[in-house]
Amino acid sequence: MSNAASKRRVAIAVARKDLTIEWNSRILVNQVAPFAAIVMVLFAFALDNEGILQRVAPGLVWLATLFSMLVVIQRSFTVESADGALDALRVAGIDMGAIFVGKALALMVQLFVLELLLVATAVVLYGVNMTLAGFCEAIVTLVVATVGLGSVGTLYGGLAAGARGRETLLPLLLLPVVAPVLIGATRATEAAFGSGGTTVSEGWPWIGLLLVFAVLFCAVGTVAFGPLVDE
Amino acid sequence: MAGQSGTGTSATRRLGILVILMLAGLAFCGLWFSAEDVVQGSTVRIMYVHVPSIWTAYIAFGMTAMCSAVYLSGKNRSLAWDRVAGASGEIGVLFVAVSLVTGSMWGRLTWGTYWVWDARLTSTAFLFITYIGYLAVRQLGGTHRQRARRSSVLALLAILEVPLVHFSVSLWRSLHQEASVANPNAKVALDGLMLFSLFLGLFAFTVLYVWLLLHRQRSMLLEDSFADRGLDVAIAARRNEAGA
Amino acid sequence: MDTVIQLSGVVAVLGQFPALAGVNLEVQRGEIVLLQGPNGAGKTSLLRVCAGLMPIERGTGHVLGIDLATNREAIRSRVGLLGHTNGLYLDLTVMQNMQFWASTVGATDSEIETAMATMHIEGRLADVKASQLSAGQRRRCALASLIVRRAEIWLLDEPHAGLDAAGRDELDALLRSAVTSGATVVLASHERDRALGLATRTVTIDGGGAS
Repeated sequence: MSNAASKRRVAIAVARKDLTIEWNSRILVNQVAPFAAIVMVLFAFALDNEGILQRVAPGLVWLATLFSMLVVIQRSFTVESADGALDALRVAGIDMGAIFVGKALALMVQLFVLELLLVATAVVLYGVNMTLAGFCEAIVTLVVATVGLGSVGTLYGGLAAGARGRETLLPLLLLPVVAPVLIGATRATEAAFGSGGTTVSEGWPWIGLLLVFAVLFCAVGTVAFGPLVDE
Repeated sequence: MAGQSGTGTSATRRLGILVILMLAGLAFCGLWFSAEDVVQGSTVRIMYVHVPSIWTAYIAFGMTAMCSAVYLSGKNRSLAWDRVAGASGEIGVLFVAVSLVTGSMWGRLTWGTYWVWDARLTSTAFLFITYIGYLAVRQLGGTHRQRARRSSVLALLAILEVPLVHFSVSLWRSLHQEASVANPNAKVALDGLMLFSLFLGLFAFTVLYVWLLLHRQRSMLLEDSFADRGLDVAIAARRNEAGA
Repeated sequence: MDTVIQLSGVVAVLGQFPALAGVNLEVQRGEIVLLQGPNGAGKTSLLRVCAGLMPIERGTGHVLGIDLATNREAIRSRVGLLGHTNGLYLDLTVMQNMQFWASTVGATDSEIETAMATMHIEGRLADVKASQLSAGQRRRCALASLIVRRAEIWLLDEPHAGLDAAGRDELDALLRSAVTSGATVVLASHERDRALGLATRTVTIDGGGAS
């Protein structure tokens, strides 16, 4: 089988494996989603003003996403190190770039589900009203932002995985890097929600920024994952 | 070659004297000889430290990225490239910190606040955190080569992220149509002597960076050699286990 | 005779500690080599070096003709390593684990079935989650994965540990048949008697060196 075809096969197998693990263990549904929802509720306690909440709803959605993402990424790599599975894959000479793509895909799917949930929570809790155009824009924003987050999260998650106090490195390394996503996704979501009088058309340039980020880190991640994670 | 008692050589000693002279010259020009600003008065003098600091930090991080790229590009490159990259990263973080502190002080003196959310300050803060992360990864342990490979990849990632963050933050701030008056170092009209002092500052800080870099990468070499010497001892001890 | 492993004066470190302090080893194709020695002697590190997982600090090494200093990644797809862990995903069933493994290494369904049958993990056991298996059952899963790999060199670290008597007999039969098919086996084991019956040659590892 050709090299490219085998890499594709590996990536799909890894993605399916991660999603099957999630399906079997239901961590996302049982633990992470409630955590994210609680974070949204706590924001309401802290900000204590419905007008403000509605205005900042987009920002809160993405903040809650970023914080929950840390947990999901760490979980993604804990399953690999629990019984030395990733090591076994390395020993077998499986291409690390393909493993990266597979894990990133699975992470993207999980994050996307989480973000849908959070947007729905915002609509319910913070009194957001979207037009149809706004809703479409919101979905596109979610997809593009998630591709970027999934790539960069898998890359740094791999580095921060493992023994001896590395896990605590993940927030320090990851959160500065995803600042462009936070900025871009929040502005685009504001446009989608119509918060503070922004129109839907104002969001599209920001989606462009998210697209650049996503493409960049997909490409870079595939190449850098191996050297960064390997011994 | 480094002297027996430390990391200095006759070359670095000469360089060090040059640095001291230039910094003294800078202090003279900046603090006394050059004029005050029309608007800001004496507080503009912070510029002579603030601007060269961030400039030097950019040079330092650029050096880190370049040395990391060189290290990764060859099959068996010398670890010296990694040491220089690491030393440069440390010094860069130092200069960014100086830049942030002086920038904050400047803002406080001119506009009454310690922090403004302007694009440059915010990006600089992100630059700081990013390279703190780089230094943290260098401390993760393992063999010299493992550390070198990890850090090199991370340095190249950082060079990619920094412009992206800067661009995003600038776009973000441009939404708020802030007057550049909010940025203390934007609207300073520089006359001839002030400009000269600024360039003197840039040059002095760059030479200071080189001096620090030479010393720090040598002390890193000494640290690594010490660890390697320890390895020889450890190997001998380990072989003796077998006999016992 | 075909030398598949050749190490000369190899030093390998874990952090600052010299796990291997100058090892010389030669293994010919078709041998079953037993590595013996006390705990901490360096047996695990030696196996990892041969698998291309650990880099060499000093000395030279060649596995299957590939230079360990410059190209150790290329070795990995041709050797199989069974370490202390089993490489299982604890939230997946045995069958899901095996299918994932097979699809990453490109094995067919019938190959999985054969491997699982050889290690007696088929049938009812196939749908049990890995987290609910006993240590011995997990070991069998790991061995089944190794069979599917079709590796040229089998590197095994305490393979008998955790297996019951029947399992140990099956393992021995498995190793002998692997060698008949052209593989080479290097195993580290504390089980002197059983392993001595199996091995063609014994090497003692102590203090990071071999004799």
